Amino acid sequence: MSLNIIVCAKQVMDPETPLSAFHVDEAAKRVLPAQGIPPVVNGFCENAVEAALKIKEAAGDATITIISLGNNFVMDVMKKPLSMGADQMILIQDPAAENLDALGTATVLSKAIEKIGTVDIVICGQQASDWDNAHVPLGISEMLGMACLSEARSIDLGDGTVTVASSRSDGYDVFEAPLPCLITVSNEIGEPRYPTLRGIMQASRKSPETWTLNDLDLSESDVSPVLTLSELFIPASNRQCEIIEGEDDADSGRLLALKLREEKII
Amino acid sequence: MSEIIIFAEIDGDGLHSTAGELISAGKKLAADTGNVVSAALIGGNQDLASQLISLGADKVYLANDDAIQKGVADAYLAALHKICINAEPTVVITSKTPIGRAVGPRLAYRLGSGIAQDCMDVSVDGDSGRVTATRPVYGGNAMAKFTFADKDPQVVIMRLKAFEALEPDSSRSGEVIEFELSLDDSDIKSKLVETVKEESEGVRLEDAAVIVGMGRGLGGPAPFSQLEELAKIFNGAVGASRAVCDAGWLDHSYQIGLTGKTVTPDVYITVGISGASQHMAGCSSSKNIVAINKDGDANIFKEASFGVVGDWEKVLPAFTETARELLES
Ligand SMILES: Cc1cc2nc3c(=O)[nH]c(=O)nc-3n(C[C@H](O)[C@H](O)[C@H](O)COP(=O)(O)OP(=O)(O)OC[C@H]3O[C@@H](n4cnc5c(N)ncnc54)[C@H](O)[C@@H]3O)c2cc1C
Ligand SMILES: Nc1ncnc2c1ncn2[C@@H]1O[C@H](COP(=O)(O)O)[C@@H](O)[C@H]1O
Repeated sequence: MSLNIIVCAKQVMDPETPLSAFHVDEAAKRVLPAQGIPPVVNGFCENAVEAALKIKEAAGDATITIISLGNNFVMDVMKKPLSMGADQMILIQDPAAENLDALGTATVLSKAIEKIGTVDIVICGQQASDWDNAHVPLGISEMLGMACLSEARSIDLGDGTVTVASSRSDGYDVFEAPLPCLITVSNEIGEPRYPTLRGIMQASRKSPETWTLNDLDLSESDVSPVLTLSELFIPASNRQCEIIEGEDDADSGRLLALKLREEKII
Repeated sequence: MSEIIIFAEIDGDGLHSTAGELISAGKKLAADTGNVVSAALIGGNQDLASQLISLGADKVYLANDDAIQKGVADAYLAALHKICINAEPTVVITSKTPIGRAVGPRLAYRLGSGIAQDCMDVSVDGDSGRVTATRPVYGGNAMAKFTFADKDPQVVIMRLKAFEALEPDSSRSGEVIEFELSLDDSDIKSKLVETVKEESEGVRLEDAAVIVGMGRGLGGPAPFSQLEELAKIFNGAVGASRAVCDAGWLDHSYQIGLTGKTVTPDVYITVGISGASQHMAGCSSSKNIVAINKDGDANIFKEASFGVVGDWEKVLPAFTETARELLES
């Protein structure tokens, strides 16, 4: 029987954006897009795509659908999961969904998953590197009444069940849950594969479907915020670094130790 | 009087260290709102309940049920949900532990209310009387304050060690309420199959007073032994950046940062670490940060209090040798 896997993937500002290009408009409470640095698919979401592809390979028959909610999608960026091997993609874009909070985002994504129909596994990243919420997927699982296993470092599919290992500070826990199940993945699940040339060609022929809130029977009032951003700023560093300079590198190392001793730090 | 409920976790036979921290966070909000601070103790006993009161809780919900399986979020979530339906708290606080960061959000979504994760501070907004949560966003590049709209409970997940527990005082008084849970099978979907311990030798990163941090600048796994040698002088531990763990030079259990461990040593000596915000998110509360990096413009020098701009291969052996002599003398 064919498996239906959904992966939620978000377009975010490149987290490797140098600090010098990272600017905040404090009055508008907004992070300004970095000049000349294109957005990326959130790292953990790429891990989620990789996890879905591994499940598909193990199961033999599966359909992987990517869904994303956002604005100003850059198509070359968003097509990456398709080039990696996902089957289809749905982009949800709506002016009314411009400034959703996490509850609103989870509401829209879970409605989209319901509209897609039967689903066996939903895979998400553990955290999006813009707002670092790390809970939208948990919200989706609640809204859909699905089992939820978070921060997976491995996923094994059984017969109607799924087994997931999650890291702990001194090892890992192994959990089992029935399908349908929502799973969030950490980077430990494995590096996302590079798209092959064939993958890129195939992806170029696929055009993502686009949905609006209306297509999901949602109106603006269904997604009104429960949390509002009241301030956004770049924290000032108050540390002043004293650079220790000796005659050469080795001498600097020696002086550094002496200095730390003098300051009673070591 | 309305309540602030903190989710008190258990660690082994005792309270988890975060229980006292959360009570302190709750008390900060209670001071401005006149609420009482209650602790939800799920799967605990009278003795632990008394300890929570001595740490400052006004009330403890002692809730037990055979369905509670240690390490499984579902049962704690179902229990906390029942307590909330009954007590109608204005605020619920959990900590960013594996269970706390799974239970807190799911509770908020189940109740249709707002949630702020990884908070460094909480306060009460003077105008609205609602909670304002301060938390890093964009990997720590920016800081945000979020204010909750008029929907209770306002769910806050605190970063570990953001608040300090009060000294236990057994003369404090409080009420213990035995809470009937009667969980249903349908409440619990997942189960814990096994817990695997991966024994690491020496001092735990979370407990170490001195940590030596290994970065990608070391070029490969081999220099680990040199860092370990330095750490040993201080009875400390070695940690690493994600770049080092992703490259497979060290296991992910060494990772410090936003998505790794949060550490608060007296001294954090970084070697070949650039100081990306996501790394600093896990160590910025260190008392002192020391940097050895060949690039004087590296961000780590904005966070460190002492540093050397130089090649670690030359700096580190001399540093280690001098440190050893100083500590032995
Ligand atoms: C969502 C997300 C979560 C993340 N979570 C984490 C996390 O939890 N922890 C984490 O660490 N990172 C995390 N990262 C990654 C982070 O952004 C950085 O990529 C990472 O911390 C870089 O590691 P590094 O400093 O070791 O390597 P680099 O940034 O490559 O820095 C290496 C440094 O070594 C110096 N160097 C090179 N050669 C020498 C030499 N011979 N002598 C001295 N110095 C030398 C260089 O000048 C450079 O500054 C996360 C990223 C994302 C997007
Ligand atoms: N707008 C979105 N579109 C698609 N997926 C999302 C979106 N927001 C969050 N997610 C999913 O939820 C995960 C965690 O995001 P967050 O809770 O926002 O940190 C991401 O890695 C995605 O898998």
